[in-house]
Amino acid sequence: MGTELAKAVVDGVLTGGVYALMAAGLTLIFGVMDIINIAQGVMVVLGAYLSYTLQVHFGIEPFVGLLITIPVMFLLGVGIEWGFIRRLEPRDRTALSILVTFAVAIVIEGVLTQFYNADLRSVDGWYVQKSVHVFGFYLPYIYLFGFALAVVALSALYLFLYRTRTGHSIRASMQNRDGAQLVGIDIDRVSAITFGIGAAATAAGGMVYGATNTFNPDSGYDLISRLLVIVVLGGLGSVGGALVAAIIALVIEDVTAVLWSPVWASTMFFAVLVLVLLVRPNGLFGQKAVRAQ
Amino acid sequence: MSGALTTRRPSGAARTAGAGALTLALIAFSAACSSSGGGAGPPTGPIKIGISLSLTGDFSADGQAFDQGYKLWAAAVNASGGLLGRQVQLDIVNDASNPVQVATNYQKLISVDHDDLVFGPFSTSLTEASSKVVARYGYAFVEGAGGGPAVFAQGLDDVFDVSLPVANNLASFAKWIAALPASERPKTAAYATEDDPFTAPQLVIARNILEAAGVTTVYNQTYPSETTDYGPIATGIIGSHADIVLVGTLLPDVTAFIKQFVQQNYNPQALIATAGPDQGSQFIQNVGANHTQGIMVPNEWYPTSTATGNAAMVAAYLKAYGGNAQDISSDVAEAYSVGEVTAQAVTADKSLNQTALVAELHKGTFQTVQGPVAFDSTGQNTKAFAYIFQWQNGALVPFQPDAQNLLVPVSPATAPVLYPKPAW
Repeated sequence: MGTELAKAVVDGVLTGGVYALMAAGLTLIFGVMDIINIAQGVMVVLGAYLSYTLQVHFGIEPFVGLLITIPVMFLLGVGIEWGFIRRLEPRDRTALSILVTFAVAIVIEGVLTQFYNADLRSVDGWYVQKSVHVFGFYLPYIYLFGFALAVVALSALYLFLYRTRTGHSIRASMQNRDGAQLVGIDIDRVSAITFGIGAAATAAGGMVYGATNTFNPDSGYDLISRLLVIVVLGGLGSVGGALVAAIIALVIEDVTAVLWSPVWASTMFFAVLVLVLLVRPNGLFGQKAVRAQ
Repeated sequence: MSGALTTRRPSGAARTAGAGALTLALIAFSAACSSSGGGAGPPTGPIKIGISLSLTGDFSADGQAFDQGYKLWAAAVNASGGLLGRQVQLDIVNDASNPVQVATNYQKLISVDHDDLVFGPFSTSLTEASSKVVARYGYAFVEGAGGGPAVFAQGLDDVFDVSLPVANNLASFAKWIAALPASERPKTAAYATEDDPFTAPQLVIARNILEAAGVTTVYNQTYPSETTDYGPIATGIIGSHADIVLVGTLLPDVTAFIKQFVQQNYNPQALIATAGPDQGSQFIQNVGANHTQGIMVPNEWYPTSTATGNAAMVAAYLKAYGGNAQDISSDVAEAYSVGEVTAQAVTADKSLNQTALVAELHKGTFQTVQGPVAFDSTGQNTKAFAYIFQWQNGALVPFQPDAQNLLVPVSPATAPVLYPKPAW
């Protein structure tokens, strides 16, 4: 049992990194724009399909393909912000954004179904079904690479937010949108870039998701509920919080499944979520904490 | 005074009653118009067949295959002159794998669209959810994927499953293991299943047989069908070091388990899944062709079966959808059989009268691409037989039990069952 428990913890940490990658964009978009992007789950699936398409039809290795899929998803995100989000009345934007992004999700799902039908697919590679034997554990390469990708991507995002002028503008907008506008920050530009970054993150998350799961066009609905829970636990708007929360969530679920039963895995996680929110209503690293950084 | 000048407004209850009466009158008028057919003489338009299918959602892979099967049958019937001299027209709606939506769909197909016949959806859970609605209207409900005990336990007399009753699907596998010589027989077994009325009952029966034969259960878990992270369950199975593994799965979870087993270098002597490995090319694409060898799945149909009409259906499938015969999901044959059985019963009755159709289905014997079909009083197919299929060199090879319950190849195949399963 001790070995299984340790394995569950390791699996939870590695899988949590992948989920953090998918959730980072969601929390960043909320932090800057005060909108909840319900389409984030479907965009992860779209990212998986892009990697799948490049691999199957063009022979491009999925990790290399990120050089193409990340810019494509960034541009798609900018387009969605410009086409749909920017036009919402500021007063009702948070509520309306849920409807608008849900509509975007349905459109993306419909287009994917048209092109790929409902067959289950997965992204392949030599590392998907091979593992390395370390300290008595078989650690799958795909989870190691996925976790490494998450660390690199989230570190790059952190450096971008804290070391670049655009990043400063984004953080200023997160802290006080009106104040940022008053000091000359182009909020529309910042919002478009933020939504683009959020979408770009789904390209990376989607590729790893597609390599670790089978997916079809409506797999995004299973994802979005879990991603929302992660960003609420981590604190809406906190990228670091998403990482910590994703790891906590997956470790709790995996350990519960091993020690007790898979039936109670999600329940236990939600119980922890409720307890955390009772003590810290803004989540582990909610907006107040972010603003203090 | 004011009372004399004011028109008296009905109370809320009176308004509700009035609205209800008006609605009933409209429904009655609508039904009368519909049943009259708009004129004298027999109807000449197409026979509309209402079907709810899981074109999206958890069952979408199977739902799409059912869609293909129904369409192939309709094309074949129409090409041969139709049913009762009329063309058939499929009225297919999507239930998104949702048990609430499927019930709503059949209600609409019958009461609003006035379809002449209805065919069943995919899965035991959706058949269970919709069959009471269909029974309410007295329609015959011929279906091909509602073989779980939950469907027949409802006591409905209008549900007819043309496929194998699923509870015993794994029985011949379990009996084969039990019949192996003691020196070859595995000592331990692991079981994991979705909490689903299609998968869970199969594992219960198999486990009872194996435990009676002395095969110790070292892992036994049921997980919610909404589960997306199968890692901990796979870890539990691997940690149990079970000699054989039986999983109650569909394609997504069996794919995840196999990938984890490969990653963890865990090689059970036998691995059988309730569903997933029967999905042909989709299964191969997701687990990798080199990881299919030796994996088993129970089923009733195989592409080279000599059952009546099977060769023609396979040829029609390949013409319509391409690929090769091994790519054809058994769901296609199940859906096709639904159409065949209904058509034979309707033809025998020479009418679309639902009461007569239900009676004919109860007493008749029918020929399908899956083999002969006859129903008991609960609607279960008494003629069906479970083959055990094993992936061998990229093809699903059927096996059947001999007199000693040992699995032997179905002619013309001669290769023996692969046991123990080759390492990954």
